[in-house]
Parts: sequence; C-alpha cells; structure tokens
Amino acid sequence: MLQVKDINVYYGAIHAIKGISLEVSDGEIVALIGSNGAGKSTTLRTISGLMKPKSGRIIYDDQDITGRPAHKIVSMGLCQVPEGRRVFANMTVLENLEMGAYTRKDKDGIAQDMKKVFESFPRLLERKEQLAGTLSGGEQQMLAMGRALMSKPKLLLMDEPSMGLAPLLVKEIFNIIKEINASGTTILLVEQNANMALSIADKAYVLETGRITLSGTAKELASSEAVRKAYLGG
Amino acid sequence: MDPIRKFDLKAIIACILIYAVVQGLIAVEVIGPFWELNIVLICINIILAVSLNLINGYTGQFSIGHAGFMAVGAYTGAVITVKLGLPFALGLVVATISAGLLGFLIGLPTLRLDGDYLAIATLGLGEIIRICILNIDYVGGASGLMGIPRFTNFTVAFWLMIAIIFFIKNFKNSAPGRCCLAIRENEIAADTMGINTTKYKVMAFTLGASFAGTAGCLFSHYFFLAHPATFTFMKSFDILTMVVLGGLGSMTGSICGATLLTFISAYLSDFPEWRMVIYSVTMIVLMLRRPQGLFGSEELSRKMFRLGGRQNG
Repeated sequence: MLQVKDINVYYGAIHAIKGISLEVSDGEIVALIGSNGAGKSTTLRTISGLMKPKSGRIIYDDQDITGRPAHKIVSMGLCQVPEGRRVFANMTVLENLEMGAYTRKDKDGIAQDMKKVFESFPRLLERKEQLAGTLSGGEQQMLAMGRALMSKPKLLLMDEPSMGLAPLLVKEIFNIIKEINASGTTILLVEQNANMALSIADKAYVLETGRITLSGTAKELASSEAVRKAYLGG
Repeated sequence: MDPIRKFDLKAIIACILIYAVVQGLIAVEVIGPFWELNIVLICINIILAVSLNLINGYTGQFSIGHAGFMAVGAYTGAVITVKLGLPFALGLVVATISAGLLGFLIGLPTLRLDGDYLAIATLGLGEIIRICILNIDYVGGASGLMGIPRFTNFTVAFWLMIAIIFFIKNFKNSAPGRCCLAIRENEIAADTMGINTTKYKVMAFTLGASFAGTAGCLFSHYFFLAHPATFTFMKSFDILTMVVLGGLGSMTGSICGATLLTFISAYLSDFPEWRMVIYSVTMIVLMLRRPQGLFGSEELSRKMFRLGGRQNG
C-alpha cells in the first residue's frame, strides 16, 4: 500500500532523515518507534506531504506521491492525525468533524461515518456542541482521530497519539486504534511509548538519528535484547 | 434551505428602515452636512473594516497594508470618471477589480509568510503602492488627483456597504469560508484535512483587497480628490484599530468599531489638540479591560443576549 524508498529530508542544513525505506501493507498496523529527535515525526510529515524530501520516492497505491501537496494526498485517502492534538480550538466538536470530511462530497456517507465516529467515541457525542479548545487532552486526541476518520482514509498516519495522556487514557486510545484497524483502515503509527505500540502493531521499525536500525515483526522486536534495553526498560 | 432565510429577511427589513430614517433626516435637514459627511464616512469605514476582518479576523493572516488597496481603488475609480469620462458605476467596478487583482498578485508570494513577517511585508507593500502613485504624474503626483465629481452619496455608500456585509457574512458560512476559519485555527491541521491552505488564504486576501478598492473609490468620489497623503500607513492602522477594537473575527465588532471610532474622531474634531490623546486613552483602556475587543469573536445574536454576561466571566 505504501512504500517509502530511501528518502532524505533536511531542515535547512540539518540532515534529519538519512535514507529511510519502509513498507506498509494493506490492513496492517505498522509502528515507528525511537527516541526523541530520531526523525519519526519528520518521516510522517514527509509521507503526508507537509515536508518535501530532497531525494527518494514515496509510492502510495501504486502512484508516486513524492512532493505532492498535502491537500492532494488527503483526497487519495491518506490522512494524518497531527502531533499534539491540533484541533480547531474555536470550532465546536461537530464543526471539527465536518471539517474532516472536507474532501468528500457524498452526504450520506459522511452522515454514516459521523455516526460511526460517535459510536467509537461516545464522549464526543456528549460534547458535540462544545468548543474543541475546552475539551480535555484525551478528548482532543479523540477528536483529532475522529476528524481524520471523517476523511474516510485508507491509510491513517498517527503521530504520537499517547503524548501527554494519562496511562488509562492511553490504553483506551490504543484500543480504539485497534478497532479502527479491525474495521479496515491501515495504520502507520509513530510512538515513543514503544511498549504500547509494539503490543498492537504487526510490524515495527526502530529509528535512531535519522536511520532505521532495526525492523521486524512487533513480536520479534519486543523480545529483542537491544530494543528491550533501549526502549522497554530492561 | 431557502435562498433567503428568515433572519436575512428581517435584516433586510431593518436595513431598509435604517436607510429610510437616515435618508429622511438628511432630506429634512435634521442631519446637517457635517454629520452627513460623517455618516458616509462611517459607511466607507465599515466596508474597510469588514473587508480587513475577512483577512485578519477570519483567515488569521495579519495584514496591515489595507490603505494601499484603498488607494488603488480611489485612483482607478477617479481615472475612469475624470480622465476617461466614463460612468461612476463602471469606476466602482474597475476599482474593485483592479484592487482585487493587485491583492491576488501580492498575496501569492507574501502569504507564504506568517505572523510578524506577513505584517511587515504588507506594511511595506502599502507604502510601495503609495510611493508609486506619488510618482505618477498622470494622476497628479504629490498634489493628488483633483476635480473628482461627487458621485458618492449616502444612498450609494449605504447599499454598497450592506451588499458587502451580506457577501462577507455568507462567505464566512460557506465552505471556502469554513476553510479560512480552519486555517486561522490551525494551519497544519487544516493542511492535513486536505484544505489547500494557500488557495484560501489568497482568496480571502483578494476579496478583502477588492472591497478596500470599492471603499477607496467611494472615498475619492465623496471628497473630490485622491491624495497620496490620505493613504499612509496611518490609514491602515486606523482600519486595523477599528477591527481590533470591535473584536478580531467578529463582523458585528468590525461594524461597531468602525462606527464608534468615526464618531469619536468627528466629535473630537472640535478639540484637535486633544483628539489623539483621547483616542489613545480609549484604546489603552479598552485593551486593558477587554483585550479581545468589544465583541471578541462573537457575533451579535439572540444567543449572546441569552448567555448574558458569560463573556465577562
């Protein structure tokens, strides 16, 4: 579904991504794990078109999407849940979700997906008319996810969904990610919480300072000595 | 949905009433020439304020070069009527289009900047437009373009103002308008929703600039002349002040801000030495007590009355 081939990304003179290649197949949950500054978010931003790689190619659905603007990529069914819960703070929950369906024209489908989102996140239904900026951190994360789902993505990119959330909420969010995946959406997940990420992922890549140092099935990585030492706390 | 909703119908009736009353008072000379001038000026300032609010308030792009676009409209309109002898209506249309076109051309490169950088760029552009006009002898250079006939009257200014207010109000509630709001709220999130952010930023900027052109054309055809000194950055700041005073992102706020400030200036014209002092004190007090402006980003509606003092809480 998605193939990233040897991309190099720079922030000015800083070489942030040094030749990363990865692959996501249909129906999988793939996790990108690594410490701060490893280049996880940059990789996601490059795939979703918010940044442009200096070299390398990104193939999505058999099409070369390298360097295409973000808004065109979204309409192809590749949607990113941006890091840090970027909701539209002064719009209501409902308006936020409606914005998520911006690229779609099918009114019936939108109404149906809205219902589905409210089923997955009953808390959003309760707060439908509330301004998004007044939601708690966890609810904002749910809203950001719900909003991305409204675009009916085939591939969902998630940037640190657990960031700044209480452990109980993290569990809830990850359960929902599993559900979203089970209903047919492929997921590429960036996470610092390696433990959680590996527990739901099929496949994972470990990033270190802009390079992939390890890759394999989530089970293999979870039992690998190096990963356990570095990311899972012994 | 009905093309004209109930609320719109009520608003139109209210507009007709206001128009009839003011026009009546002008006709029986209860409102003298001084206040008539100020009422027309209020209409023009409201057009300027709501169009700047479209850029600064709704789309969140901090532009402070609005006087430049107003100047383009003022001069283009005057060239059409004075130099070419064509009708005023055509002058208005050409003024609107030319200011909008310039806004589009300027918007494309500058809207890649944001925040302070965009503010500085637009400030500079406003001045560049003014200096260019200052050096074109065809339109009078430093002494301005004189002998413009007074085609603007209360009727024209008022109904153009109403038309523009309705246009911008409907734009805000349309899909492109929602995109502009989303860009203001969070540009990256808007981008990841599939919104072409550059397109909508340029769209808002172009629309705002073209209405500033309309206002400029009305302005020069009311005061008999177009003079470069009218369109300095002080004028841009005046418009910005109206918008911020009323509340960035609130149409009602822009209208009230423009009305209030024009009235204050008019009243204070008898005490020219105190004018700027009182003006500044008003601003300082307002920013201390209500930094979000008179209306915040809310619109005047029944909901607001029901919620009462919620915003002060």
